Amino acid sequence: MSENAFVAAGGGAKPHNFVAASREIVARFGVLPVFVVVLGVIAGVAPALLRGDNIALVLRESSIVGVMALGATFVMVAGRIDLSIGSLLSLCSYVAINLHESVGPGAAALAVVAVGAFVGVVNGVIVGWVRLNPLIATLAMMSLLQGLTLVYSGGANVYVEHADATWFAVFGRGYVLGAPTPVLIFVALALVLGVLLHMTPFGRRIYAIGGNEIAAAYSGVDVRWTVSIAYVLGALTTSVASLIIASRVMGAQANTGDGYQFAVISAVILGGTSFLGGSGTIAGTVIGVVLLAFMQNGLLLLGLPYYLQWIVTWAVIISAVWAELAAKRKRLFL
Amino acid sequence: MTVSSYLESRPAVAFRVFDHVAIGALRNPIWLSLLVAIAFFAARSPHFLSLFNISNILLQAAFFGFLAIGLTLVIVSGHIDLSVGSLVGLTAGLGVVLQPTLGLPLSVLAALSAGAAVGVFNGVLVERLGINSLIVTLAAMIGLKGLTFAIVGEESIIAESTAFSQLGSFRIGSIHLITITFFVLLIVANWVLTTTRHGREAYAIGGNRTAAVNAGIRVRRHVIINFAVSGFLAGLCGLAISANMGAAVPTYGDGYEGWAIAAVALGGAKLTGGSGNVVNSLGGVLLLAVLRNGLNLAHLSAHYVLVAIGVALLVALLLEKRSGAPIILPNLITKHRRRA
Repeated sequence: MSENAFVAAGGGAKPHNFVAASREIVARFGVLPVFVVVLGVIAGVAPALLRGDNIALVLRESSIVGVMALGATFVMVAGRIDLSIGSLLSLCSYVAINLHESVGPGAAALAVVAVGAFVGVVNGVIVGWVRLNPLIATLAMMSLLQGLTLVYSGGANVYVEHADATWFAVFGRGYVLGAPTPVLIFVALALVLGVLLHMTPFGRRIYAIGGNEIAAAYSGVDVRWTVSIAYVLGALTTSVASLIIASRVMGAQANTGDGYQFAVISAVILGGTSFLGGSGTIAGTVIGVVLLAFMQNGLLLLGLPYYLQWIVTWAVIISAVWAELAAKRKRLFL
Repeated sequence: MTVSSYLESRPAVAFRVFDHVAIGALRNPIWLSLLVAIAFFAARSPHFLSLFNISNILLQAAFFGFLAIGLTLVIVSGHIDLSVGSLVGLTAGLGVVLQPTLGLPLSVLAALSAGAAVGVFNGVLVERLGINSLIVTLAAMIGLKGLTFAIVGEESIIAESTAFSQLGSFRIGSIHLITITFFVLLIVANWVLTTTRHGREAYAIGGNRTAAVNAGIRVRRHVIINFAVSGFLAGLCGLAISANMGAAVPTYGDGYEGWAIAAVALGGAKLTGGSGNVVNSLGGVLLLAVLRNGLNLAHLSAHYVLVAIGVALLVALLLEKRSGAPIILPNLITKHRRRA
C-alpha cells in the first residue's frame, strides 16, 4: 500500500509531508508567512528597521493607510471593492486645508466628514442599490472625484499659513500621553470597528453577504442597506485619514491621495481578507497594514527607490489571491 | 399610424437599408450622441469644425483609440484590462530610452514586444492561475507604474532619433500618420472580430464560457491572444504618444484605461462580455475626443473631462444594466428583430 493511498484512506496521523503542511499554512495565513520571512531578512541586513524611533515612525506613517484600510475591510468582506478612496482622500484633504484657511479648523473637519459621508452614500447607492459592477463603478467614481478635485482646486496647491498656531495640528502631529495621535486614532477606530464587524448583527450580515449573497438575501438580510452602509464606512474612514494627512502636511495638492487605494487594498488582502468576500478580520487588516508599512520602510532603508514598493504591491496582490485560490481548489494551476 | 402597422405596410426593399441604418443608430445611441455633441460644439465655437481642429481631434482620438480597440477584443471575450494605461507609460519610456543603445527599429520592436509580453503575462495569470482579470490587471496597473519609474526615471527623456519624432508628426494632407494607422487597425480588428474564427470564438467565450469550453473552443488560447493584442496596442499607443511629443514621461497614459473603457462601454459593449464591436467603440472614442476638445475650446477646465469620463462610465453601466430592454423605441426594435 503506497503512502498516498494510506493517507487517503484516513489511516494514521495527519499527513506529515511538506506539501500538505505548506498548503495548510497558506490556507490559514495566505502569503503572510513569506512576508514575515522577507521582513526578517531585511531586518537582518538593515538593523535600523527595528530600532525604537524607526518603529514609532513606521507606525505613525502607517496610520493613514491603516485608518482607510479599516473601512475598506468592511467593503471587501462584503465582497465588494472601492477604488475611489484614493481620489476621495485627495478631495477631502484639499477641502480640509482650503476651509481651514477660510472658515477655521472646526468647520473644516466637519465639512470633510460631510464630504466623505456624501461620497460614501453615492457609492452605496450606485453599488448597493443600483447594483452596478463595484470595480467599474468605483473606477468611474475615482475619475469623477479626481476631476472634481482638480476643478475645485484649479490645480493650485494650498497650505496652512500658521501651521504652529492651530489646534488642527493635533490630528497628524500631536501627541497624547506620549503616543502620537494618528496611531491613537488608528487603534481607537480599529477597536470600535472591530467590535462593529465581529460582535454585532450588522457585522454578521456583512459576512453573510460576502459569503453567499443570495443565501443572505433569502435569510432576510437587507443586502442593499448593508452594502451601502459598508461603503459609507469606507468613505468615512477615508475622511478621517484625510484629516490626519492634511494636518501632518499642513498643505494639500489635487493629487495628494492618488494611488492610496492600491496600498489600502494590498494591505487588506495581505491581512487575510478574501477578494471574494466573506472572510477577513480587523486584526488581520491591522497586521497587514503594519507589515506592509515595515516592508516599504525596509526597502527604503536598504537604499532601494520608493517606486519599488509599487512592484511589491503588484506581487503581494497577485500572490495573495493566487494562494487563496490555490488553497481553495487544492491545485496551483487551473 | 402605429409602429407595427408601419412595419407591415412598408415597401419591401427600398426602406430596408434605411431601416437597418436607422435602427442601428437607435439601438446604439452613441452615433446620435456624437452628432449632437458635434452640433453643440460647432455652434459654440467657429473653430471647432476647422480642418486643423478636426485633424487634432482625430489625433487625440487615435491615441486612446488604440487602447479601445484592444479593450474591445478583451471585453468581448469576457475580461477586462485595466493595465493598459500604465503600459502606455512603460512602452513609451522603453521606446525612447533604448534608442541610444539599440537604434530606432530595434527599440520600437522592443517596446512593442514588451507590450505584447505584458499582455501575455496578464492573460496567463488570468487563464492559468484562475485569478479574475479585474484583479490581475488592477495589480499590474500599479506594478507597471513602478517598472516605468525604474526604467525611465522620474524626468522626461528626449527622443534621440529625429526620424522617430518626424514620424510622430508626419501628416498626409492634414491627417496624421498616427490617425491613419489607427483607422487601418480598426478595419483589421473589425475584420478579425466579424469574419475570422478567432473573432467568432471570442464572442462565444464572452457570451457563455462554459458552453464555449464544452463546444471544444480553445478558450485559454483565445483569451491570452486578446490580452496580447491589447498589450501590443498599448505599446503602439505609447510609441505614438512619445513619437508625437518627441519625448517620454513616466506619467504618459495615466488614466487612459478609464478613457478607453468608457469609450468601449459607451459603444454599447457589455462589460460582462459577448457583445460589442470596434465600430461602435469608435463612436465612443470619437465622442470622448470631441467632448475633451470642445470643452477646451469653450474655455472650460479640461479637468471636467475627468468628471465626464466618470459620468460616462456610470451611464454606460446603467444602460448595460437594462440592456435587455432597448433604450429608445422598444417595440419597433423587438418587432424588427423577430421578423428578421
